[in-house]
Amino acid sequence: MRSEPVVQVRDLVKRYGTKTAVNGLDLTAEAGVTAVLGPNGAGKTTTIETCEGYRRPDSGAVRVLGLDPVRQSAELRPRVGVMLQSGGVYSGARADEMLRHVAKLHAHPLDVDALMERLGLGSCGRTSYRRLSGGQQQRLALAMAVVGRPELVFLDEPTAGLDPQARRATWDLVRDLRTDGVSVILTTHYMEEAEQLADDVAIIDAGRVIAKGSPEELCKGGAENTLRFTGRPGLDVGSLLKALPADSTAAELTPGSYRVIGKVNPQLLATVTSWCAQHGVMPDRISVERHTLEDVFLELTGKELRS
Amino acid sequence: MTTATDTGTGTFTPRPGAAPLPRMIAAQAALETRMLLRNGEQLLLTVVIPTLILVLFSSVDVVDTGSGKSVDFLAPGVLALAVMSTAFTGQAIATGFERRYGVLKRLASSPLPRWALMTAKTASVLVTEVLQVILLTVIALALGWSPHGNPLAVLLLLVLGTAAFSGLGLLMAGTLKAEATLAAANLVFLLLLVGGGVIVPLDKFGGAQSVLGLLPISALSDGLRDVLQHGAGMPWGDLGILAVWAVVGLGAAGKFFRWE
Repeated sequence: MRSEPVVQVRDLVKRYGTKTAVNGLDLTAEAGVTAVLGPNGAGKTTTIETCEGYRRPDSGAVRVLGLDPVRQSAELRPRVGVMLQSGGVYSGARADEMLRHVAKLHAHPLDVDALMERLGLGSCGRTSYRRLSGGQQQRLALAMAVVGRPELVFLDEPTAGLDPQARRATWDLVRDLRTDGVSVILTTHYMEEAEQLADDVAIIDAGRVIAKGSPEELCKGGAENTLRFTGRPGLDVGSLLKALPADSTAAELTPGSYRVIGKVNPQLLATVTSWCAQHGVMPDRISVERHTLEDVFLELTGKELRS
Repeated sequence: MTTATDTGTGTFTPRPGAAPLPRMIAAQAALETRMLLRNGEQLLLTVVIPTLILVLFSSVDVVDTGSGKSVDFLAPGVLALAVMSTAFTGQAIATGFERRYGVLKRLASSPLPRWALMTAKTASVLVTEVLQVILLTVIALALGWSPHGNPLAVLLLLVLGTAAFSGLGLLMAGTLKAEATLAAANLVFLLLLVGGGVIVPLDKFGGAQSVLGLLPISALSDGLRDVLQHGAGMPWGDLGILAVWAVVGLGAAGKFFRWE
């Protein structure tokens, strides 16, 4: 794998009229899979489209594979695959016809039939684009992004509106791209998608990156994790607390319902259950709540609904 | 073409590269032509209407086309109409919807350069026109058409006419919404069909004749008629009018065209 970043965005500003879509955004993506998460209107698509060379930055610098996406576009385009959020295909073109066409624009394309089969499009190759279902259109756009064997692909909401099977197929493809050494930058609304696929996650809000790191790193930060169990009311919480690591807390919230807050890991779970065993307590309904990326996301971007 | 099959690891190993330019342009032109020939509405415009006009008005004497056989008057006008239908109306509508559906945007991030896309579009228009000219010429000859004149002058008129109409069509497609382009391109087609000397001689319009004569369709049909019906040499006046339209139209399209 290469050591230099595949994408470097420094202090990017992009305005549309009086509206500032991207406001001093910094983003470095290393080889691998980077997910860009953010609420609607956060600036995800504008950032991606600036990297794709569609928009000129009002200020700041963008480098993709070390090149300027606008001025060195001719050199960059063959090395990069692009999946737009929607459209991009002649409405009268058949699915396989369009994919074959994009393949012809490249020197060493993938086998079109195998790729169609792989993405579950094998049976609708002769169907015209406008008659494909939304999910099939999405997968065709994905196929068009990878057929030229690029080094880097940009996927703008690749699984929006897909059914669970199609989403799995897309995830499997992204994992194979990664394994084969293709870097992927994807935007998504789905936390699960970012947790499943990404080596790195950048959370964008109001045109800036507000958090970045691996899914594990992001989930570790912020609030502590929680372990709950129920048992006999009136247990000696003080003695439980002595058994736990120093930074933990334990409390009986309602009679018979206990909560431990701290670093939830297998050791902590073992400590709690062995303490229960010593005290002749059967911990019913024991559960752990670990921080998910969704919690982190909502904490950072606010829970209120935005327009 | 090197291909890789779907056998798990290694399938997607990067091997980027643009295809050679001539292959890209040929592929793009072939695709554009197929899209055009597959589109029913486009065929109505580019094939059915010119053919019907030629056959109908040559056989039934509804329009006074002056002295001589009416097919000798109509054939040059219908050739001009064919050029307008493909280079202007058809190209404007198709390009307008390609812009609307993100096709132009998606192609802009492919290895195909923009100038190569425009070259391919032009090639596709020219291929379609060649097919139209062959079809209409065969029909006109069957109806008793006897063309005269210098083939080079005819070719020059058709090429300059194509350039003029392409510029205006692309200007419309690149600045208006797709639906507006659809409506406007059809309306202009209809107006120019009636008022551009295609089936109705311009001298029927009285005082408006001198203004109507400056339209690209009038210059093209008038120039073609001078050569093919009357055996004139180079129709410099009409060629000049077409050249001005071509420069203005293509210049404006180049300046104002929006890709998305």
